[in-house]
Amino acid sequence: MKFESLRHWLVIAPVAAWSLSESANPVPPPVAVIHVVATTPDLAALAREIGGDAVEVKALAKATEDPHFVDAKPSHIVTLNRADVLIEGGADLEIGWLPPLLESARNDRIATGAPGRIVASQGIRMLEVPSTLDRARGDVHALGNPHFLIDPINVRTIAATIAEHFALVSPKSAEVFRANLKKFDATLDEHMATWLKQMAPYKGAKIVTYHKDFVYLAERFNLEVVATLEAKPGIAPSPAHLAHVISTMKTQNARIILVQPYQNRKTAETVARQTDAVVLDMAQQPGAIDGTGTYFQLMDYVVTLLSTALQEKK
Amino acid sequence: MHTPLQIIRLTAAAAITLAGWSGTVAAQQVPDSAARRTQRTLDSLVTAMHELQARMDSLTRAGVQAAPPPTVASQARASGSYMNMSFDGLGDMGWSSLRNVRSIQRGDHDPKVRGFSIPNAEIALDGTIDPYFKGFSNIVLKLDENGETGIELEEMYFVTTSLPHNLQIKAGQFFTEFGRQNPQHPHAWSFVDQPLVLNRMFGAEGLRSQGARLSWLAPTPFYAEAMLTVANSAGGTTHSFRSEASSEIHGGVPIERGVNGMRDLLIAPRLATSFDPTSTQTVLVGVSAALGPNNSGPQATTRIAGADVYWKWKSAKAAQGFPFVSLQTEALVRTYEAASRTAVNDPGTALPTATLRDKGVYTQLLWGIKPLLVVGLRGDLASGDEDAFALPLRVDKYRVSPNVTWYPSEYSKLRLQYNYGKRPGLRVDHSVWIQYEFLLGAHSAHKF
Repeated sequence: MKFESLRHWLVIAPVAAWSLSESANPVPPPVAVIHVVATTPDLAALAREIGGDAVEVKALAKATEDPHFVDAKPSHIVTLNRADVLIEGGADLEIGWLPPLLESARNDRIATGAPGRIVASQGIRMLEVPSTLDRARGDVHALGNPHFLIDPINVRTIAATIAEHFALVSPKSAEVFRANLKKFDATLDEHMATWLKQMAPYKGAKIVTYHKDFVYLAERFNLEVVATLEAKPGIAPSPAHLAHVISTMKTQNARIILVQPYQNRKTAETVARQTDAVVLDMAQQPGAIDGTGTYFQLMDYVVTLLSTALQEKK
Repeated sequence: MHTPLQIIRLTAAAAITLAGWSGTVAAQQVPDSAARRTQRTLDSLVTAMHELQARMDSLTRAGVQAAPPPTVASQARASGSYMNMSFDGLGDMGWSSLRNVRSIQRGDHDPKVRGFSIPNAEIALDGTIDPYFKGFSNIVLKLDENGETGIELEEMYFVTTSLPHNLQIKAGQFFTEFGRQNPQHPHAWSFVDQPLVLNRMFGAEGLRSQGARLSWLAPTPFYAEAMLTVANSAGGTTHSFRSEASSEIHGGVPIERGVNGMRDLLIAPRLATSFDPTSTQTVLVGVSAALGPNNSGPQATTRIAGADVYWKWKSAKAAQGFPFVSLQTEALVRTYEAASRTAVNDPGTALPTATLRDKGVYTQLLWGIKPLLVVGLRGDLASGDEDAFALPLRVDKYRVSPNVTWYPSEYSKLRLQYNYGKRPGLRVDHSVWIQYEFLLGAHSAHKF
């Protein structure tokens, strides 16, 4: 008998809990602030620029971690469940962790195709789109290299997309978003002119990166990535490959190695010792390095660090 | 008289004239609005061109070269189609001091023989059905100890995507959301074999059945989810309930027991909650139960309760998800109310009504030392109360399993595991297994 009553209770309890929650949470009044979730801190930084006070922004990935491998932890489910807008990089950057989170988050406002869903890669001219799909080449993304926010020109496009979507989600603040975008574009143009001037003397300079994560930067500022420490994307550097990288660096006179906080700096240092190169602590995520909380601060840091090193190693 | 050819010519000429005339009339009837529309379109195009020109000018001022035309991404890709498809192959090789490997490796996805086993090859299909549902199907092929291929529809379900009030319904056949490891597919396991306690409670394939699950995500600031599964209670994958092989639990002949009401279904509630003590740590805690009928008698019932804890630390500077440390523990207790029944071994003997109690726990610690390398240690314990049947499935068992896993890439895995096994009154058994796994097709994504 006890068993049966337990079973009945189990069926009744969720229904009761649900109806209670209904009475406890009446339909929330329309609020001015929209809740924005960005998968990575760089997208979050852009959202803050465009949204200003009309948005509240959270990033899922940490600035210092590898954005391909973020844990789909339950607190992210809650964050996504409450979101009005989701901004993702796209191009399979988050394929290993975002889909199960979205399934559990059950939030229609950020479903594919909804105004609240922004895919940053849409409208971006992708680099390194493979002509054939073969994982013998490593973990190559079918839609192209997803590390495109390091090119400020791409950021201009993404900022416009974000403003457009924000306006659809919160029409009352549309003017604010438009004004913020205008301001952002103007600031970006100003900075861009400076960055281009800073980098102009180093046209054609040769650099080495750990992962294929600075190809957009190289393209924008006319640098040449002559080697990556990873033999193939997602495949750890082998001694044989590193020997090859060292000889390439020597023959090509490449003496700059870029690493991000989560990449193996020791490997880069070993290579640098043998090639009279310098290892630069680069970042693509605002906040990964102290004092780089905004996109402009980050790019200022990146360009200054890079141009200074290129000057020294000229 | 006109020839047929002339008639055709005349008709055609008339038709052309008529068409031309009616066209003129139509144009004359609405000249203003059409012209205005065209003008408007032209105006908007001119405006757009001016905007583009301004933008290009600003870029040129900034010294940016004009970009080459965009590259269109290849359409021949898995996630660009309407369905993700993947194939996962999992095999084992190794040796055990025990010739009858199946007596200690009882899971269906465990190594099965001395030498080589292929316990799991699965074809997973998933995708978005329409704006309201997502679908998933998992078809598993496995080779038994004699090399015979078995095929099963392991999972086939849909999940709702847009129910109101944070609700979600899943229906079809699926692994019951009980505890942590039961709903996971073998390729997501951290050891080559099923924990002893899960084998004892849920059988060789784990607990899964045809049914439906309602889930509610609580509107709390932290993660809290309540789930309730109602499913069929019959068959080999509902081992502790109406399973044909239930004599392994109670030693009697199972009866034919149909479904006469709700009480003959399996009900499995689960509550889970999670919090992040620091930005690099996460704790997930859950309690689960599975309640339903068993086929030792017409009124007999089974109750299983479980608690699970998962803790994980992951470096703030994680590369490919490493380094990390995780601890996972699950404890389960089962109360199997066996009715008075005929003994399997001796049809003349009636076994008395009895309450059979089993319990067990496993704990596993994983350390992801550096990218793509993990070492693990698992302790396993399962025991039954003293009973008259001394069934191989209910004796006390202990097992300690250290292992090391290397992932050459995200899509392949090599694992070396040693098992030290102990059962009372029997010799200690030692086993060494190497497991390999490969994944083709769509990129897999796992829940936390």
